[in-house]
Amino acid sequence: MVENRPVLTFLTHAVLILGVAIVIFPVYIAFIASTHGPGTFLRGVAPMLPGEHMVENYSRMLAAGHSTSGAPPLWLMLINSTWMAIIITVGKISISIISAYAIVYFKFPFRTLCFWIIFVTLMLPVEVRIIPTFAVVANLGLLNSYVGLTLPLIASATATFLFRQFFLTVPDELMEAARVDGAGPIKFFKDILLPLSRTNIAALSVILFIYGWVQYLWPLLITTDTRYYTIVMGIKRLAAYADQEPQWNLVMAAVMLAMLPPVLVVIFMQRLFVKGLVETEK
Amino acid sequence: MQTKRTIFPNKALPYLLLAPQLAITIIFFIWPAGQAVKSSFEREDPFGFRTTFIWFQNYTRLFTDPAYLNSFGRTMIFAVAVTLLSMAIALLLAAAVNRLMRSGKLYTTLLVWPYAVAPVVAGILWWFMFNPSIGIITYVLSQLGVTWNHRVSGLDAMILITIAAAWKQISYNFLFFLAGMQSVPASLNEAAAIDGAGPFKRFWTIVFPLLSPTTFFLLIININYTMFDTFGIVDGTTSGGPAQATNILVYKVYADGFLGLNIGSSAAQSVILMLIVIGLVFVQFRFVERRVQY
Amino acid sequence: MHKSILASGVAAAALFAGAGSAFAQTEAQWWHAMGGELGEKLEAVAEAFNQTQDDYRIVPVYRGTYPETLTAAIAAFRANEQPAIVQVFEVGTGTMMAAEGAVYPVYQLMADHDKPFDPDDYLSAVVGYYSDTQGNILSLPFNSSTPIMYYNKGIFEAAGLDPENPPATWAGIEDAIRQIVDSGAANCGLTSAWISWVQTENFSAIHDVPYGTLENGFGGLEAEFTMNNEVVARHWDNLKAWYDEGLFRYGGPVGGNDAPPMFYSEECAIYMNSSAALAAVVANTDFEVGFAPLPYYDDVIDPPMNSIIGGATLWVLQGRPEAEYEAVAAFFEYLSQPDVQAAWHQDTGYLPITNAAYELGIEQGYYEANPGTDTSILQMTRVEPSENSKGLRFGSYTQVRDLIDEEFEALLSGDKTGQQALDSLVERGNRLLREFEAANS
Repeated sequence: MVENRPVLTFLTHAVLILGVAIVIFPVYIAFIASTHGPGTFLRGVAPMLPGEHMVENYSRMLAAGHSTSGAPPLWLMLINSTWMAIIITVGKISISIISAYAIVYFKFPFRTLCFWIIFVTLMLPVEVRIIPTFAVVANLGLLNSYVGLTLPLIASATATFLFRQFFLTVPDELMEAARVDGAGPIKFFKDILLPLSRTNIAALSVILFIYGWVQYLWPLLITTDTRYYTIVMGIKRLAAYADQEPQWNLVMAAVMLAMLPPVLVVIFMQRLFVKGLVETEK
Repeated sequence: MQTKRTIFPNKALPYLLLAPQLAITIIFFIWPAGQAVKSSFEREDPFGFRTTFIWFQNYTRLFTDPAYLNSFGRTMIFAVAVTLLSMAIALLLAAAVNRLMRSGKLYTTLLVWPYAVAPVVAGILWWFMFNPSIGIITYVLSQLGVTWNHRVSGLDAMILITIAAAWKQISYNFLFFLAGMQSVPASLNEAAAIDGAGPFKRFWTIVFPLLSPTTFFLLIININYTMFDTFGIVDGTTSGGPAQATNILVYKVYADGFLGLNIGSSAAQSVILMLIVIGLVFVQFRFVERRVQY
Repeated sequence: MHKSILASGVAAAALFAGAGSAFAQTEAQWWHAMGGELGEKLEAVAEAFNQTQDDYRIVPVYRGTYPETLTAAIAAFRANEQPAIVQVFEVGTGTMMAAEGAVYPVYQLMADHDKPFDPDDYLSAVVGYYSDTQGNILSLPFNSSTPIMYYNKGIFEAAGLDPENPPATWAGIEDAIRQIVDSGAANCGLTSAWISWVQTENFSAIHDVPYGTLENGFGGLEAEFTMNNEVVARHWDNLKAWYDEGLFRYGGPVGGNDAPPMFYSEECAIYMNSSAALAAVVANTDFEVGFAPLPYYDDVIDPPMNSIIGGATLWVLQGRPEAEYEAVAAFFEYLSQPDVQAAWHQDTGYLPITNAAYELGIEQGYYEANPGTDTSILQMTRVEPSENSKGLRFGSYTQVRDLIDEEFEALLSGDKTGQQALDSLVERGNRLLREFEAANS
């Protein structure tokens, strides 16, 4: 800081406290709602202070779910979401890092074409080609399966670009030395490139885990069997129900549980998160 | 395209390495996109028994359909509103954190986590606060003499999804603005301070202009975000209503195709959206090139 | 001790006797759209059937709202992942009937599996809605209802109204809701679920005005909408005026999700919804609820016509393994039994589908013990239906329902008058009908 201005410093803190309040307030209200009994939401205003039904609401949703609004037990949906996020993360990183390796360390016919095919994925988000993609997955018999939930989301241009950029900064001498030592491409990749990419992989994992967790439209389309519901898509059924029969306490318990895992990842791996975010997007 | 000075001589290996990525891309991205183009020229009954080739009828019908043009307009309003709101707030917060030394870290932690909240969840959080009968904000508004009902008022519904979408995006914009500000050389600021420029003047004349690449980049990203990633917000709250007031393009593709079962029209809308994304990606990458030179 | 020995003996015997069937139990999926209390009751019906035998298992799966369930089933059919049974609401009937290759007609299913099935056993008003032109029943009536008026007797009393004699006409309703709000007995007089079904379609039937040409679409795919008449326009304008005055509150699009809480929380004194809302009303209220027929404009028609049905039927989809159809046929036979039907009707407020179930209810003294529960049946059967009151059959009608909500919302926000909103509805609706006609011929 250049100079000391107490008024400005005070103002700075005021702005930030207000900002933090705006960011946290909706979640606070949701948490409070999740600790009340159902009667609270029949009339008046949603409560501002905690109630006494927290354990009851959460354990009920976790253990039994809400079958009449189509939601299986939440623990099941949480496990599905976790699987989905992990498979997507591992899958995207694996196939992207080897693609980038091929593009940077080899010369072969149609290399540029391959690069452009990967690039095209950026231009076709799932939201704009919903019906034909659904049809492809259905024809392959992948509806209601973990493969169907994850495989179509695993292609990743951004991850490939990130690794490509990173590989280009790896000094050429490393590879030359490896070749002098008689190391083949697989050994070089395994023993040298992969360890060097560790931080990048970790940072990217944080971002991709969140990406996988918050998927909504895709699971909504391809799961009809409650055994494969993820928590984020399950929320919608609950919310539609809450509008009709005021059981906001249960819905908000589910909302809290749907938010918690990825938010904790961001908070506890903030350094990697920031690195991952800033690097994947540039 | 760039490679290493020295390369491995293998012939088959690179194809093998690329195979998984290419296979997934072709099967789940390029093939369906082709299918979308094909069905955009067809009319099909809901169950898929009869298909007729009808040239550009789906497109001409779209562009004469007031509902589609309305959806275009709503999408623009939504994109501009979300982008401006979340970027303005993020810029303010980033500037504030940038002034602080130690406590800045704590504020950052408290500000960045909404990135991890799913859009549909963000929508429901605000939906609940604005609930016409028990919502806390609705209550405060009614005390101020404002009647809120996003079930009836298109404006209210649009404000609601804008707030929810912007709320979620603040953290992202904040991080990029902060990173941009931290890379501004301290010497520049100090020199200006010695010349007697106050903190506000310094911000607008030195820091903000240097942030322009970041700002431009965020503009594109935010427009992209509001156009495509906010599906969950709309689906979890307004479902495009009331009276189509929040029926943004990406939701309309889904609603017309999956709910309305008008496959041809939905496919034509998909194709139009693809063109928009391609345009956005093009602009973004043109810009990235310049940014690298900068 | 004895019990457990007995139980294990029985289990062993069952294992022995039914070794084949116990392991080869056929599962058939039943996609439905009933959440909340109704969903619980529906799940209980399926479970009860599963308990009666060991060969088949019906698995109910909740798929969201009626429109969502229908579209999910169609998408699944295209993907060859369809359920054996899907519950389709009455306005999806046109779409399902046009899809001949997708549907396994119920009369045929029952004949193929040697199950008894006689259309004459069913209430004629219900069956007429779901039969083809030859009088064959294509889908099994399951939950049919008709809208009625629920009101809060306590609020009526507090406002100085007679809780035992609710108004029968809209003029009477207007006076009553004004008195309720003016007296401070409640903040709002009236709310309604399903603006489309209750305040537009049933409204037209009750007042004997045509909703569309060609007998409301029963006569063919070329039908056009005609609901932009002055009777409906006047009613919509009235709702808007009452909305502005704070007497009427809008419950939201489609089923009007915001309407029930307003009635349960005693915000609104009168609530119009399906007779099948009874289960939820009973579960969520601790005040005394009155039941009455829907009101009418006595200067337009007196006495009023019958109301029309809503609710849903069970359609069987083609393309499942034969064993599943056996399961479905057995399940349908079970569903049609008078005691199963009567219990379902009495628990949920849906109409009794078979004459036998209605008679069983009378025999049990159910209607005498629960005054008001036959309001729906009496309202439906009070006159012989006319061309305008036997129902609707239009293609793409789910989307038309959305248009009705949109135009009604445009009316409430002051963008359009009732007549303008309905004119625009007819124009946009007819466009959908022409597209449907083109895609299905």
